[in-house]
Amino acid sequence: MKSLAAIGKYFIMLQIIFRRPKKWSIFWRSFINEIQLIGVNSIPIVILMSSFMGGVIALQTASNMDSPLLPSYTVGYITQSSTILEFSPTIISLILAGKIGSNIASEIGSMRITEQIDALEIMGVNSLNHLILPKIIAAFAFFPVLVIFSMFMSLIGGYITLIVSDLTSTEVYVMGIRSFFEVGNVYYALTKTIVFGFLIVSVSSFFGYYVKGGALDVGRSSTKAVVASSISILIANFLLTQMILL
Amino acid sequence: MIEVKNINKSFKGEQVLFDISSKFEKGKVNLIIGQSGQGKSVLAKCIVGLHEIDGGGQILFDGNDFTSMNGDDKTAIRQQIGMLFQGAALFDSLTVEENVMFPLTMFTNMTKKEMKIRADFCLDRVNLHDKNKLFPSECSGGMQKRIGIARAISMNPKYLFCDEPNSGLDPITAIRIDALIKDITYDLGITTIVITHDMNSVIEVGDHILFIYKGKNWWEGDNKTILTTDNPEINNFVYASDFMKEIKANMQAKK
Repeated sequence: MKSLAAIGKYFIMLQIIFRRPKKWSIFWRSFINEIQLIGVNSIPIVILMSSFMGGVIALQTASNMDSPLLPSYTVGYITQSSTILEFSPTIISLILAGKIGSNIASEIGSMRITEQIDALEIMGVNSLNHLILPKIIAAFAFFPVLVIFSMFMSLIGGYITLIVSDLTSTEVYVMGIRSFFEVGNVYYALTKTIVFGFLIVSVSSFFGYYVKGGALDVGRSSTKAVVASSISILIANFLLTQMILL
Repeated sequence: MIEVKNINKSFKGEQVLFDISSKFEKGKVNLIIGQSGQGKSVLAKCIVGLHEIDGGGQILFDGNDFTSMNGDDKTAIRQQIGMLFQGAALFDSLTVEENVMFPLTMFTNMTKKEMKIRADFCLDRVNLHDKNKLFPSECSGGMQKRIGIARAISMNPKYLFCDEPNSGLDPITAIRIDALIKDITYDLGITTIVITHDMNSVIEVGDHILFIYKGKNWWEGDNKTILTTDNPEINNFVYASDFMKEIKANMQAKK
């Protein structure tokens, strides 16, 4: 019952968020700031995770390639398809749920317990719209960029690992990457990414905005935000895969 | 003037305010006092619309019923309200100047230069010069309260609310804040409501005092009558410390 009430409250929150900003100049300033916080600051972790994961995918695939019937470019192909279909959109989003989700929930939660949100409301500002809309739009705009970046870094990671381990040649790896490449898969990945970005930001904001109590409760709400946004990503991933790929 | 009529408020079935009615006049410092947990802040939050009141009551801002207004009208009233929060509630990510300019940026079409002039004027009013570029975390508690007041008056409000403006401040700074609130109220001719349990403030600035006890309007008067009333709950509150008890004994001896 409590969960149902929370879901209802979440949708009411979304209805209040998606309204015309009071001043576009303030909105765009916040948007640029959020691009920096949500997007640009996440680039290092995306580079690190993607290049290592790409390397591991390539190594594991190569180490399991015992059958002589399989063409040598299979390693590149599997690295490409696993990266585009699942690793970059889903796993990177789960990692970002931890990084960005906890950040958003604790930032908004701290504003709540220090009465900064009350101050906005008393001034007559729609605090949900003012605080959360720029974050959501920034996620819409920059999450796809991060995921494309992740795809690229993952393929580079796979390439470097295979070349250093002497498991394949540049030509064969590139041929594998290009084999059976479908642009539709990239669109599918980017669609998922936009949905995941929206879920991370809105769910985390929800937990931060409605926090009650003190610092301890802000910490708890951050944890809840990460867990809830991760679960919502997994559910949305399943549903989107059913809808788009099948 | 702000008038409240028959205000009731419950949280999860537990009633915290019982049928409170009072008038807070323009150009006066109106105090809402009482012990902790008696409903002072809840009443103030009801008046400014942060809490919805239970059915039947009315909150009138210069005769306009806030409780029955639609969203846009409520927003218009809120833009005439300045509020100083207990913890100042300054925006951490903005500088002192940006905090003061925030309502102007949001609700006026002033140029940046005009806003800067207004921010400087408000900061001058609270005796904060050359602090424009500091961040709230770099300011002391007293400075933060003064910045909060500067932000509250930046839009030339008709109504000023101060939630425990002296809490956590040393006596000298507390007296300065009281004097500032009093000056601003008289100079601008605004309706000021201060929530406090600081006896010094009560004596210094209490033009009109509403004493809340167990969520009810227990007593109303001013800073003179509060010292002589025979209401036992008021006396327990006013003469809680040995020092004040001694003052009362001296006063009675003089009589």
